[in-house]
Amino acid sequence: MLSIERVGRRFPNGTEALRDVSLRLEPGDFVALLGPSGCGKSTLLRLIAGLDQPDAGRLVWQEGHAPTPGEVGFVFQDATLLPWATAEENVYLPLRLRGISRQQAAPRLREALARVGLEQFAAARPRQLSGGMRMRVSIARALVTRPRLLLMDEPFAALDEFTRHRLQSDLLALWQAIGCTVVFVTHSIYEAAFLARRIVLMSPRPGRIASERASPLPWGHSRLDPAYATLVADITAAMEQALGHGAPVADLAAADPASGDPARSRERSA
Amino acid sequence: MKDASLAMRASPLLFGLLALAVWEGAVRAFHVPVYLVPGPIAIVAAFLADPIGLLRSLASTLLVTFVALAVAAVLGAALAIAMAASRLAQAAIQPWAVVLQVTPIVAIAPLIIVWVGNPFAALVVCATIVAFFPVFANTASGLAAAAPELGDLFRLYGASRWRTMTLLRLPAALPHFLTGLRISGGLALVGAVVAEFVAGSGGFASGLAYRILEAGYRLEIARMFAALVLLSLAGIAINAGLGWLGRVLLRRRGDAA
Repeated sequence: MLSIERVGRRFPNGTEALRDVSLRLEPGDFVALLGPSGCGKSTLLRLIAGLDQPDAGRLVWQEGHAPTPGEVGFVFQDATLLPWATAEENVYLPLRLRGISRQQAAPRLREALARVGLEQFAAARPRQLSGGMRMRVSIARALVTRPRLLLMDEPFAALDEFTRHRLQSDLLALWQAIGCTVVFVTHSIYEAAFLARRIVLMSPRPGRIASERASPLPWGHSRLDPAYATLVADITAAMEQALGHGAPVADLAAADPASGDPARSRERSA
Repeated sequence: MKDASLAMRASPLLFGLLALAVWEGAVRAFHVPVYLVPGPIAIVAAFLADPIGLLRSLASTLLVTFVALAVAAVLGAALAIAMAASRLAQAAIQPWAVVLQVTPIVAIAPLIIVWVGNPFAALVVCATIVAFFPVFANTASGLAAAAPELGDLFRLYGASRWRTMTLLRLPAALPHFLTGLRISGGLALVGAVVAEFVAGSGGFASGLAYRILEAGYRLEIARMFAALVLLSLAGIAINAGLGWLGRVLLRRRGDAA
């Protein structure tokens, strides 16, 4: 589907976000981009979406051209819904921008909301929905154009543990039903191990791909499977190796402006 | 809880009545002449002596105020949108908007009155200049207030600049515009009164400011106070009315809880 070839990106302020990143995405893939803050995961996602351009290297699409609007769905860390619009109007937005009338779009809106279990909340405004429900609306909005590629930038990071687990399971079911390619950015090893068929580990400053793991978990796995725990341990070891033995926290603290937060440091060292 | 809420609501009124009673008592106790400081009863009496004349003057001032507010709202929003749509427009407009804001209206009002000629139009121009900036600045900041991720989303789906403006930036700016409008409402009244003062008898000769000047010349201080009270009430009403309008519009749109 997409071949990312030796891509680099340096921001105008001089920060080198990505260096020499190569990755292939196959149709139907579920790839997790995993790494600590500042490793260029989100930048890579934006390059794939066409929201940013690389300074070096190139993105080669199998079809010979970048996807047309609607072929790529994007889910951000925040639900980023229009606060004045209902859930259905928010889901309608991508179709509206493509000139599809509300009447024509109606069956697809119902289908998209039903897929995320929100058909009863079509008329609700974002402020009337919980954080998890808002994220479901955001996912429905990304799916309504029936994209070939779904890009997700830490979509569940701001949710509580229980909601996150539920949405992760629902996302897997959706992916299985729809069959689109998913690229999922996360800084949670547990999330990457549970969701992805391929886990791409990235290291920071400059952002590079450190290593890659294929998931051995069978379809329909649970968090209680011993194989899941083994995969988490395997990824943790690989990540520590990529970041430098025994020193990842100190390295990150030196480079990350948010490192003054002791809670974040504890989270990283956990 | 209900009693406490009622007391909170009634407290401004009770405090106002108490202040008026103290004022009236002090004026009577110290035998202050009415041409120096009239008491509230004398002020009400002055109003009742010519209610139609004063209310006509109020209507005249309010006409200038509302026309100026409408012009300021349209002009402020249009220029803010032009700035949001084009960097060139932003570079061209912004410095002049600031110049307009920092120029004292009292200093330029005589020139405007001479140049414009028509007294009503001259008063409207002066009041518009005073009222313009809040609605302009608030709308401009509102147009830039939409979440950057939403801008990315619109780009991802190939939205034109026009669609991004109408479906994202303008709706995002509405609460900011309404806040600016509320501030500009009060300032339009101030601008109208200042312009009427400067114009004096050369102006429309019918606004409340003219009545205040006229009453001052005749030492009718109670009538002067009555006109002042009407101005204050008009200002409060404009502020409350525009606040109500904003709440209704936002609630209808689904913003308010």
